Amino acid sequence: MNEPIVNLATFAAMSPDAGLRAALQKSRADIIGEISASGIKGRGGAGFPVGVKWNLCAATRGTQKYVVCNADEGEPGTFKDRAILRAHANLVFEGMTIGAFAVGAREGILYLRAEYTYLRPELEAVLAKRRAAKFLGENVCGKQGFNFDIRIQLGAGAYVCGEETALIESLEGHRGEPRNRPPFPVDTGFLGRPTVVNNVETLAWVACILQKGGAWFKTTGTDKSTGLKILSISGDCARPGVYEFPFGVTVAKLLETVGAPDAKAVQIGGASGHCLPSSEFGRAIAYEDAATGGSIIVFGQQRDMLEVAANFLEFFVEESCGQCTPCRIGNARLREGVELLSEGRCSMRYLQELCALGETMQAASKCGLGQSSPNAFLSIVKHFKDEIMGRVSVASH
Amino acid sequence: MAENNRKLDDDTSRAPVSQRGHTVARVADTADIGALVSVNIDGQDVKVPMGTTILEAARRIGVRIPTLCWHEDLCIAGVCRVCVVEIEGQRTLQASCAYPITAPLKVKTHTRKVRQARRHIIDLMLSEHYGECYSCARNNNCQLQALAQEYGVDFFRFGHPAAPRHEMDLSSHSVLRDMNKCVLCRRCVRTCIDLQEVGVLEAVGRGDQTRIATFMDKPLKDVICINCGQCINRCPTGALRANDPTDEVWAAIDDPNKHVIIQTAPAPRAAIGECFDLEPGHALTFEMNTALRLCGFDKVFDTNFSADLTIIEEGTELILRLYKALVEQDKSVALPQFTSCSPGWVKYLEHFYPEYIPNVSSAKSPQQMFGAVIKTYYAKLSGIDPKDIVTVALMPCSAKKFECNRPEMCDSGFKDIDYGLTTRELAKMIREAGVDLPRMPKSDFDDPFGTATGSGVIFGATGGVMEAALRTVIEIVTGLKVENVFANADITPVRGFDGVRVVEIKVPQSGPVPAMFKHLVKDWKWLEGATLKVAIAHGTANAKKVMENIKSGGELAQCHFIEFMGCPGGCLGGGGQPIPTSPEIRAARARAIYSEDQAYAVRKSHENPAVLKLYKEFLTDGPCGHLSHKLLHTHYTPRGKYIA
Repeated sequence: MNEPIVNLATFAAMSPDAGLRAALQKSRADIIGEISASGIKGRGGAGFPVGVKWNLCAATRGTQKYVVCNADEGEPGTFKDRAILRAHANLVFEGMTIGAFAVGAREGILYLRAEYTYLRPELEAVLAKRRAAKFLGENVCGKQGFNFDIRIQLGAGAYVCGEETALIESLEGHRGEPRNRPPFPVDTGFLGRPTVVNNVETLAWVACILQKGGAWFKTTGTDKSTGLKILSISGDCARPGVYEFPFGVTVAKLLETVGAPDAKAVQIGGASGHCLPSSEFGRAIAYEDAATGGSIIVFGQQRDMLEVAANFLEFFVEESCGQCTPCRIGNARLREGVELLSEGRCSMRYLQELCALGETMQAASKCGLGQSSPNAFLSIVKHFKDEIMGRVSVASH
Repeated sequence: MAENNRKLDDDTSRAPVSQRGHTVARVADTADIGALVSVNIDGQDVKVPMGTTILEAARRIGVRIPTLCWHEDLCIAGVCRVCVVEIEGQRTLQASCAYPITAPLKVKTHTRKVRQARRHIIDLMLSEHYGECYSCARNNNCQLQALAQEYGVDFFRFGHPAAPRHEMDLSSHSVLRDMNKCVLCRRCVRTCIDLQEVGVLEAVGRGDQTRIATFMDKPLKDVICINCGQCINRCPTGALRANDPTDEVWAAIDDPNKHVIIQTAPAPRAAIGECFDLEPGHALTFEMNTALRLCGFDKVFDTNFSADLTIIEEGTELILRLYKALVEQDKSVALPQFTSCSPGWVKYLEHFYPEYIPNVSSAKSPQQMFGAVIKTYYAKLSGIDPKDIVTVALMPCSAKKFECNRPEMCDSGFKDIDYGLTTRELAKMIREAGVDLPRMPKSDFDDPFGTATGSGVIFGATGGVMEAALRTVIEIVTGLKVENVFANADITPVRGFDGVRVVEIKVPQSGPVPAMFKHLVKDWKWLEGATLKVAIAHGTANAKKVMENIKSGGELAQCHFIEFMGCPGGCLGGGGQPIPTSPEIRAARARAIYSEDQAYAVRKSHENPAVLKLYKEFLTDGPCGHLSHKLLHTHYTPRGKYIA
């Protein structure tokens, strides 16, 4: 496989394990305070404040807690976690170790996407080196009483296992299906114990924050979206790859960087994200504006947007865990609707019904997968009305 | 005395956490457990204990939220999403069945957004649900149909399947599966894996290919299904139903050359009224006798007769085992002795604990004993060729259908029981015959087996077999009237709905050996001062607990006799009983059964005159004698859990 452009300059500039050493000099509260001060939010897409999550877990009374690194990078169009794991696995493991110290966990698990099985040997080698260097094991870095180790567990190929409770079910050996929430993993997670689940990139940034300080992190980004974001940009562009950008960067700026001057649309956030037309390229990549876990897919002028929608829906029809009604059946009906549209057999009324169904799926599905599965379809119908409406059946109005 | 079968965070549960409830709130401070929290639902304030779900809170104040995947007996799945509500300040709707209240909330249960979502969800289910209501076993008793009506479904918004997608599984004698009607609420999965801890059914596949399947898609007859039918009772649609032989029964009735006999078990009579819109807990024993005759059955017998017979045989077997173990010091005797009347339990044991088959009483179940007696003794008595006799058993049970088809159940030289009918199927026959059951005049059972005792009746409830056995054993061993040991002969410690109950009864004295048992023991001295330790378990999840305890040499290994019932609540909660079921409904049926026991003049099996007559005239070598061994006892098949 040809690795695309990878720009992870900030990670590359970090001193190894300086963040962990700094953390071990601090109190647990101070570590979480530093994380909270940085304003960092989860990099996996949902954007939950990391400090709050850690604090909730640290506050639970359980003696057995877990730190899980979510490396089930399955969102179509994301490959930044893979790039991070290949180049900066140490930083990720360092972040896990800091998290473990902060919340009081003794065991860490890297849940690795089944398709990344080939990364396992090199990751195991990194872990072995860390153990040898006393960054893992008994009395980590000489910190008396802080015992922590990390193991790798492979996923089995389900996209939904990127959802943290489905991931935990899968870790436990069950079918990967999201749980009811509440309770949340921070108090009832892996094996019913308090568990922090963080994305690969989040943990890498955590190590950086502990090295450079929360204030340093906040110097980039926007008020609500602090720091830098690693993006995987692909599709109809000259220079696809993994890039580092400050939050707040406009879509137009991204397109300029990757060489896509004439893009028709950009899918922000992968299959579960939203599709922006060129009129909205001025929008910013940020939790409060165009949010993404890292996937940016560029569509050129030649792309049929209905085909794009069909492709994403096909994905969800297959990847829905099949548990809840809105997601399991809703996606199948939307996909059939797109088929009807492409055949010119979908009435305006039925299209409206499908859009309303999409809203129901967003509101009533059990987990984030179902809730976000109609996003691409809805945003394409909204922004590419002319292209879609041209296919609506006039006969059956 | 409603039972509590719901398992929350129970370590023994085999259900995945995604399908297990967490209504016991994880509160920050343990002091908050049990604390009250106030919630506002549709403008009404209500205070509920921390951890109460929104659904439960709403029900308390009379706000009705529709449900589908939720069932009182089961852990919470939160998958159908029919019960979604809006919580102020939350972006998405929440499943009220799965949302524990741990902080004050403002909830709205029927906003436009909620109504639209529910309507869509019902429409989506209908878009996958193949089949016409007219031809469905659950027509008029279907939760999907009821929801469609409630939400005014007047057209199939997202279409309706024109052809079936799945082949039906009609392999089982007991449970038939039509996955074309399945809405994937997973109540059957949770029933099987969590309520019963059997684990035959599981969701397989993903997305729109998700379906409920058996191991490797094997037909139900070839997997470890115990035929208990609890999944049928909890299926909201017609996807699961019992194997219904009513057509064959009608054909036999319509055949003038056939003498069609029906025996009726105690549990159906306590529940059949529910099929005729009566409140649960209303026994229709004698009205049903009249209705059965109107349907055309030639004779109506009471299974209580053979229940009493079972007590004599099974009780004798117990005494013999105890004698061998205690007096002859024979270490090979298998104790505790397990009851054998529940065919669901028997098959469960054959699959999961085949090494304990020697512990199971060799006495047949009352249903099968009756069949063997009818086609031998009764045939002779009435001068009817047994080949012209058709024996039908009205049972609360789907496993009884499998039982009567076991190849070894032909000891009369014919198939001892031809057809097993469930309560639901009989209700249908009665309706088809134009009979308004609750308004029927009362009439008695037919002779020669009409006389029954209260002990037979209570077989229908968990603990009933044990109580009946104890009444008899206490009297014949001590010579005391059981009324003098337990007030009113009610052995209440064995009653109730606790999953596992252990009772110890001291034998205070020994009496003379009654004539019937003289060929077996010469005196009871060896039992004097002994403590009889017995246990009762209902539902196979509880049976599993008992078996695991015995296997590990725990307290229950010291028991002498254990009653096991495959279904929660015993027969009254059987897989052939009216739908729906719930702890309250089962408790009401139990009340009906115990009040019927009170009404009997004879309440002890060994005093049943018809049983005594049978031993005098037919089974002349006595209980556990040669003929009774041939006709009334059986053997079992070690099946194991591994499927070929």
